[in-house]
Amino acid sequence: MTQTPGRRGFLLGGAVLGAGALVSACTSNEPAAQPSAAAAAATTEAAAGGNDQPGTQVTIGFSAPAADHGWIAAIAKNAEAAAKQYSDVVFKPVEPTNDINQQISAVESLIQAKVDVLVLLPNDGQQLNQVARQAMDAGIPVVNLDRVFPDKLSYRTWIGGDNYGMGVAAGHYIGKTLKEKGVSNPVIVEIQGIATLPLTQDRSKGFADALKSYGFSVTAKQDAQFTVESGTEVAANLLQAHKKIDAIWNHDDDQGIGVLAAIKEAGRSEFIMVGGAGSANAMREIQSGSGVLAATVTYSPTMASSAIKLARLIAQGKGMSDLTENQVPQSITLASETVTKDNVATYLPLGFES
Amino acid sequence: MTEATPTNVARRPFLGRIGEVPHVGLVAALVLLAIVGLATRPENFATSSNLVSILALASTIGVITVGMTFVIIGGGIDLSVGAVMALSSVWATTLATQSYGPAVMILCAVLVGTGAGLVNGFLIAYGRMVPFIATLAMLVAARGLAQRMSGQRTQLVQQANTAIVELSTTRVLGLPLLVYVFALVVALGWILLNRTTFGRRTYAVGGNPEAARLAGIDVRRHTMLLYGLSGLCCGIAAVLIMARTTTGSSTHGDLYELDAIAAVIIGGTLLSGGRGTIIGSILGLLIFTVITNLFILNGLNTSDQLIAKGLIIVVAVLMQRRGALTGT
Repeated sequence: MTQTPGRRGFLLGGAVLGAGALVSACTSNEPAAQPSAAAAAATTEAAAGGNDQPGTQVTIGFSAPAADHGWIAAIAKNAEAAAKQYSDVVFKPVEPTNDINQQISAVESLIQAKVDVLVLLPNDGQQLNQVARQAMDAGIPVVNLDRVFPDKLSYRTWIGGDNYGMGVAAGHYIGKTLKEKGVSNPVIVEIQGIATLPLTQDRSKGFADALKSYGFSVTAKQDAQFTVESGTEVAANLLQAHKKIDAIWNHDDDQGIGVLAAIKEAGRSEFIMVGGAGSANAMREIQSGSGVLAATVTYSPTMASSAIKLARLIAQGKGMSDLTENQVPQSITLASETVTKDNVATYLPLGFES
Repeated sequence: MTEATPTNVARRPFLGRIGEVPHVGLVAALVLLAIVGLATRPENFATSSNLVSILALASTIGVITVGMTFVIIGGGIDLSVGAVMALSSVWATTLATQSYGPAVMILCAVLVGTGAGLVNGFLIAYGRMVPFIATLAMLVAARGLAQRMSGQRTQLVQQANTAIVELSTTRVLGLPLLVYVFALVVALGWILLNRTTFGRRTYAVGGNPEAARLAGIDVRRHTMLLYGLSGLCCGIAAVLIMARTTTGSSTHGDLYELDAIAAVIIGGTLLSGGRGTIIGSILGLLIFTVITNLFILNGLNTSDQLIAKGLIIVVAVLMQRRGALTGT
């Protein structure tokens, strides 16, 4: 597909992540920059090497929600690991919290401590907007991670995943597979996360749009709560509602553990299932090939590693060596990759434990 | 308060029992829901696999509801049930516990649940804390401890311990084993409440603790045991949720306390204590589970489900009040 250069860049990024040559991962997923990313792919390593040289000492403040989910836990872990790779970075995380009020005061404390740059994953972009703006006004650049602030004056750079693209990737995989099988009028079931979140609505829209290009549509969708238990309950009922299913897309791999348990309990195997987010657990399931889970579409928490790297570059006044510009871009949207049995080995190291 | 005396509840004449609006109302509501199910999804609703699925869904929270019924009849409330179940499931699925095999995991879940329940009971009975506050504190603390123990991760039941998962996948006479566990807990709960001194004391303590004390019942000790019993049920429920989801997680049982309390109230148990039945609670719970099932079969969303459940709680309580007024 058209995303091939981006995907290669992402994989390369994953490979060099451990080695410590870093910037390629985020650069090549910027859709607007795709041509130059492709062109730069060959020279990435040499170029990236320059940016990884120790520079001026910078202090990076970090605030994220408290983990109640494997994905969020991986965000905090990845950020810390990325910061540790640099001798010129002082990493200053604040106690994670799910309380908006507490996160606001935590960010205020980081502003008062005069950190050089802030990496923020807000509990809610709207509600943290004000305090992020304060940081920017105080001359501290903000790297906004994933949940976006509505006001562009509140952040220097945004980096995050593509929820719509995730739905598209899942839709393409299911559409293509069913087309190849020659199924007409397939029963396609969608198990969403928390229905009220905009991210869930984006995912569903992408899924429906991609399916439409194959002439398919979603037969039934139901929302769960991103938890294992809600996944079981919703899946158990949906399996009763549809005696024959051709494909299931489940938005979230953590919730997917419960969905898979319900499928096993019901003894059903006539369909393919696609997951979401890209947990290590789901990838192992795909690798084993023993169950219905055929693929998962990523929304990778590695974005936190990339955010730390971007924050460091911004604070040191450097640009991204893969790009022509002297400064870091204003926004970076990561592509959602499709992990299948064929490529799962390359993705497994990037999978997060749920 | 005359209703509070146990003999009245257990040995009311047959016609009197018919006059007890809640039970008739509950069965009527279930029948109505079944008719709706048959009308809207004739090909799916009445199938044996759907009915089994409804029972399996009801099992986990059903076990908790049994414990909750005791606590509420005894004049208390237990807000910590969901959190205690989550904690038990996490404790039982840590790598350390899992290394001892499935029997120890079950024992661990049950002990952790009972222990947490007894702590609740001790604080309420001997620490003179209001049940609402004590169990609210336990809700928060148990959820926190569960998060800390699991490192906020979902803990899978390992291959070596699949005996636990088999509770959910093995079927005897068409029903998964966990439905039998549920039935057993309901049966034992019914016997304990209706045929033993413990049950009669529960009604007495809930109906009028002062009178119960004067009658020679150790009210404090009994109160503590009631919360221990609720905790024990949470521990058993934790085993069932591990079987169903193949995991232990700090996110399990979120808002179970509300579902369990609602089921008990719909079932005709007075929140002020002293009166109530296990069968009523289970019927109340089944109404909720069938509603969830019907909504998903018909592809309706969660928000509508919540509205329907809220309305049912209001209607059920209003009917009970009318029943109580005409009864006296």
